[in-house]
Amino acid sequence: MDTKEIKILSIESSCDETAAAVVVNGRDVRSNVISTQIPLHTLYGGVVPEIASRKHIERINQVIEQALEEADMGLEDIDAIAVTYGPGLVGALLVGVAEAKALAFATGKPLIGVHHIEGHISANYIENKELEPPFLCLVVSGGHTHLVRVADYGKYEILGRTRDDAAGEAFDKVARAIGLGYPGGPKIEKKAHEGDSTAIQFTRPKVSDGLYDFSFSGLKSQVLNYINGAQMKGETINEADVAASFQQTVIDTLCEHAAMAIDEFGMDKFAIAGGVASNQTLRAAIEKMCAEKGVKFYHPSPILCTDNAAMIGAAAYYEYLSGKRDGWDLNAIPNLKLGER
Amino acid sequence: MKILGIDGSGLVASVAIVEDDNLIGEYTTGYKKTHSQTLLPMLDELKKMVELDLYTVDAIAVAAGPGSFTGLRIASATAKGLGLALGCPIVSVPTVDALAFNMWGASGVICPILDARRGQVYTGIYEFLEDGQFNVIKEQCALDFHDIAKEINTIGRPVTFLGDGVPVFKELVASEVKVPYRFAPAHLNRQHASSVAALGCIYYENGDIETAADHRPEYLRLSQAERERMEKEGKA
Repeated sequence: MDTKEIKILSIESSCDETAAAVVVNGRDVRSNVISTQIPLHTLYGGVVPEIASRKHIERINQVIEQALEEADMGLEDIDAIAVTYGPGLVGALLVGVAEAKALAFATGKPLIGVHHIEGHISANYIENKELEPPFLCLVVSGGHTHLVRVADYGKYEILGRTRDDAAGEAFDKVARAIGLGYPGGPKIEKKAHEGDSTAIQFTRPKVSDGLYDFSFSGLKSQVLNYINGAQMKGETINEADVAASFQQTVIDTLCEHAAMAIDEFGMDKFAIAGGVASNQTLRAAIEKMCAEKGVKFYHPSPILCTDNAAMIGAAAYYEYLSGKRDGWDLNAIPNLKLGER
Repeated sequence: MKILGIDGSGLVASVAIVEDDNLIGEYTTGYKKTHSQTLLPMLDELKKMVELDLYTVDAIAVAAGPGSFTGLRIASATAKGLGLALGCPIVSVPTVDALAFNMWGASGVICPILDARRGQVYTGIYEFLEDGQFNVIKEQCALDFHDIAKEINTIGRPVTFLGDGVPVFKELVASEVKVPYRFAPAHLNRQHASSVAALGCIYYENGDIETAADHRPEYLRLSQAERERMEKEGKA
């Protein structure tokens, strides 16, 4: 039996976190360094792509060096270099891609381009050593809302995706509308604790021609209309109730789709991933639904839900085993589709 | 002393190896492919062709800006990755200086112009002294073309223009520039990593180097969002 440890240095720069990690055999995280730019983008009420790209290049070497140092390794100990090449902000992605390619080129190590969403899904492998495909995974973040059937390592079938806004994007927009600021997810969740989630009846968004697809733009408009309507009548809104009711509608929608998929595909494992997966109310709701159906529920810790490089290293390990190697012309692909390569 | 030069500041992608007074190899393309698809494959081919052992490189000279923001970052991130892996320093070479250095020995003044959009050029004014020394008359900057034309007229010496701003501003050159002018030909009028590396040699000898970690591009411009925020706050 081959007992060689495969050590992967992974880099992630698709949005507003500059991150690097060292992961052994896909599940053993030796370091996971994240340099966040959130305070900087807060000034602008959201991520500014050009500023994000500039910050990535200022921080990337320090982050990589710290990841190697914390793992107590040098580049010579590493078996492969992995990097997120999409989807994401193209200028931001390109920093990580160019850096990773140069590192691999100079050291003669294999280069593995990783899909950002595959990374998020693979974050579940890190703390759940027993988790193996097949399973269902709901990926919810600021940029993505996907319901995915993970048939095998590296084999993904998208059952449903958002037709417009991602769930996290809707959180950001509603947070801005009720004056909570950026980033919206944690702020809405906190505010919602003080409110009544049944106070306002928002309609659960439906997509007529796609059973598992999502649409959160309409729900966001409902919330904005509710706020405008109240203002026209000279009424003050209860922000906590708006936050709680909006959040509950999003969660109900996600849970409903997840439950349908579990029933249709007869899956006994369900995982969540992505930045919004650290929302405790969402977690509790899905956990409850899974428990009722006798389905085992998996979720990463909050630090592995946010954009990070350990998850990229986890995904890269299975790509490494399958023999995937990229060339020096690897490019950033901002709208890279899951499962397409 | 062996210097690896990289330039991704404009449409041109260019890599070169200069060892002392010898250009060992250069690969330059002016083709519409992203630098992400050109720079490293070109370096790979060059490395194989001249049997380069990367670990013998003393420093990486990169055209650090100004230029296309994305192009600068691809070149810089490539240099930073190489520098980190090879443990060698980076020499940040001003893009406009390197372009002017293409014209080594030319008489009069040299004025590279790079299209900076919004009616502006990234430019500077340079000369070569009798002994061949490269002299910066006006440091690289972002200016309206009219303003750089005025400065050239004030200096009153014949001028050589080059750079990707030439086709864009050719008519303005004809109407605004009152001194004799000429345009550099195809083999000299765009970025060359050999110029970046040759100028990088001089910087390196002067100890003007930085670590791969500290290196960052010099954009000469804020991002649009920063500019708008400062205008709003009345700081601009």
